[in-house]
Amino acid sequence: MSHLLREIEHLINAPYVKSDLPSFRAGDIVRLHLKIVEGGKERIQVFEGMVIQRRGSGLRETVTVRKVSGGVGVERIVPLHSPFLLKVEVIRRNRVRRARLFYMRGRLGKALRLKRREG
Amino acid sequence: MAGLIGQKVGMTSFFTPNGDVACTVIQAGPCPIVAIRSKQKDGYAALQLGFGVRKSKHLNKPLAGYFQKQGVSPVRILREFRLSEEGSYEVGQVLDVRMFEEGDFVSVTGWTKGRGFAGVVKRHGFAGVGGRTHGQHNRERHPGSMGSNTFPGRVWKGKRLAGRYGNERVTIENLQVLKVIPEKNILIVSGSVPGPIGGILLLQK
Repeated sequence: MSHLLREIEHLINAPYVKSDLPSFRAGDIVRLHLKIVEGGKERIQVFEGMVIQRRGSGLRETVTVRKVSGGVGVERIVPLHSPFLLKVEVIRRNRVRRARLFYMRGRLGKALRLKRREG
Repeated sequence: MAGLIGQKVGMTSFFTPNGDVACTVIQAGPCPIVAIRSKQKDGYAALQLGFGVRKSKHLNKPLAGYFQKQGVSPVRILREFRLSEEGSYEVGQVLDVRMFEEGDFVSVTGWTKGRGFAGVVKRHGFAGVGGRTHGQHNRERHPGSMGSNTFPGRVWKGKRLAGRYGNERVTIENLQVLKVIPEKNILIVSGSVPGPIGGILLLQK
């Protein structure tokens, strides 16, 4: 990506660039506060789950969060700088040895546990 | 209305309170008017615009003479834009992105990426012939039947086949201008635009 494109990208989206995102990585448990618009009404949905990948760079970076809801795996892919993402809370940091945890997809219950990470 | 010559910088996201829009960043202008064609003299009304800077080592003598005669510093690209009416323009006058405003709809012309000699699946969206199994080993991306037998006893003219694909002039109409940044000669339009990054584009209202 050229420097010019990177620069322009930040310029046009200046009001939406988030500089206060907490640091978190794959394996961590996060809580996403998402603005949902349905039927002309707005509400905030909280989605809590495990980060299984962070993808992309700069303004177009996205995060994939997975949780198991009622026995069904649910994954949400959210652009980190999206105006719909109001807040990210880090609930727990875990130690993992890879950046993408797709192997979590095959796991349920106790198998989903990870060891805590310092810092 | 005259247009502008530009260059594709790349694509990115444009965030709005209602979500994000895919957009193309175009560096457009400034374009000096190099010559004016008039109905009286040339039979049609148009402006010849320039874009970029042509280094002196790339300037041959006939072109050097032409730029000197017009009194415009040498540009890399010269293109004519037809005008419906003759306007009050002057040679040497410079057009830039301020001719467009946010919310305007523009047409963008470019040359699509050349794909060389492409098969029928890429070129015409054919589905190919069946799968990999059942004894088949080499026809996944083939065109299949060419037509009927006794009637017409030949292949119809215009039958879509493999061949050269891409590298053609394409105009995309009604792309909305999302933002204009005059200090950097940048125009942001919604959606995609033909051609590679760095490709030359013609913009018109």
